Amino acid sequence: MEFNINLPGLAEGEHRANPLNPHEIYDVLIIGGGPSALTAAVYCMRKGVHTGLVSADIGGQVADTSSVENYMGYMHIEGIQLVDKFREQVQQFEMGFLQGVKATSVEYGTINKVTCEDGNVYQGKTLILATGNRWKTLDVPGEKELKGKGVAYCAICDAPLFAQKDVIVVGGGNSAVEAAIDLAKSARTVTMVQFLEELTADKILAENLNDYSNISILYSHQVTEIMGNNSVEGVTVQNRADGSSRNIQVQGVFIEIGLAPNTDPFKGLVDLNEHGEIMIDCNCRTSRPGIFAAGDVTSVPYKQIIIAAGEGAKAALSACDFVLMEQK
Amino acid sequence: MPIFDDNVKKQLSDLLSNLKNPVKVLFFTQEFECPACSDNHEFINEFSSLSDKITLEVYDFVKDRDTADKYGIDKIPAMLVTDDTGTDTGIRFFGVPGGYEINSFLTAINDVSGSGEELPGDMVERIKKIDKDVRIEVFITLTCPYCPQAVATAHRIALENPKIKADMVESSTFQHLAIKYNVSSVPKIVINETREFVGAQPVSAFLEQIEKL
Repeated sequence: MEFNINLPGLAEGEHRANPLNPHEIYDVLIIGGGPSALTAAVYCMRKGVHTGLVSADIGGQVADTSSVENYMGYMHIEGIQLVDKFREQVQQFEMGFLQGVKATSVEYGTINKVTCEDGNVYQGKTLILATGNRWKTLDVPGEKELKGKGVAYCAICDAPLFAQKDVIVVGGGNSAVEAAIDLAKSARTVTMVQFLEELTADKILAENLNDYSNISILYSHQVTEIMGNNSVEGVTVQNRADGSSRNIQVQGVFIEIGLAPNTDPFKGLVDLNEHGEIMIDCNCRTSRPGIFAAGDVTSVPYKQIIIAAGEGAKAALSACDFVLMEQK
Repeated sequence: MPIFDDNVKKQLSDLLSNLKNPVKVLFFTQEFECPACSDNHEFINEFSSLSDKITLEVYDFVKDRDTADKYGIDKIPAMLVTDDTGTDTGIRFFGVPGGYEINSFLTAINDVSGSGEELPGDMVERIKKIDKDVRIEVFITLTCPYCPQAVATAHRIALENPKIKADMVESSTFQHLAIKYNVSSVPKIVINETREFVGAQPVSAFLEQIEKL
């Protein structure tokens, strides 16, 4: 039996963070809680600026990752363990910290006002937008209604619940291939539905699919509808080559089609590129002075944990320079 | 074969060395153990031996019916974490807390022992105001890294109010319940069999649902 222990030492590491205060004006207010946001927090606090952070969750995509082998210093570490280490390092500081709350909109000004879903408005002289990416949805009928009732995005969590059942995995990249493999171990059949004519996953990963006789792949197909009353009962797939459609009976639909930047709260605030990512220069400056951005939500060309962390540090130093200059 | 390898054993012993007050684990099984009960039995035998502040009491679900009823134990295998007087805390585990759930088990032991984190004052007040019998069931799978957070939150709420019970329910051990509540995404939280939501949400989200009962 396996045991994945990932609690920071139960008596170690003091939590010195304070609740985020809507009446305080932070020098730097960080929106987000993944590797860029958390690294930015450490850098800002070490520079001695008054720092606050608000995020829906801590860890972001790293927390969903089972195995990380390319973050320097760790030959192998589980995503959630790495997140705990980041969090511990941040919470030793007396900074404003609010977890579990999403920012909904931002009003630009010499003091920026960030409205959040808890009804409060938090204030920062500068902002660091580090909200990362989220899993893309298919946007087909039935997807929203059946979320949590057979429509899922996390195979590693939910795979055991589909033992002996028929499932489909939508997508053809690394996430989709990994999901198909995780599911094939206990599901009856796994059908991958891939939009393009071939998989885009790394060759080495895709080769592992051959080890499972219950995985099949439908190329050039797309899901057009997900059906079911109280839970998923089937999907309609369309053959993109000839336009024909048919129904497949399945009890689970795993959607693994990539990621989209979380920029909804920032519409109209800063310039975005054609992918909806926040445009930044190499100092992590956005199109608005005093607003910085870092990590996967930006136009940085590669999305990796170590890159996000590096960008967070840069954004923090830029923001601190801005604050210190404004004070002169 | 021992259930904990040397590496895990060492990590657990280190984490348990800081326990404040003694705790008790009440384990409910029966004479003819099915694989789930016997795995759980092995688990808690080994776990409780790692600290002299943890006492294990084993009860027979059939023969010790009165004790099971007293604590509201309705299925096995079941573990209940209490202080050393055996007063019900409402903190229960149905199924072996393996995989990532070892963390919620450690948190429960820690919290009952008095070494846990404090909840914010206004949350504690809100929890203590709850005047109905509440049963929170948190359905999990052992491979889900988000589940322990939901379990720990539910248990923490139960600890503050004697009318609230919170259960970790391992979905494959209790498949009939996972099917009954249509569990296809975890963690899935079911409250008094009627209110439900999915995801490791903060304390306030749990309380909102409880207050609507």
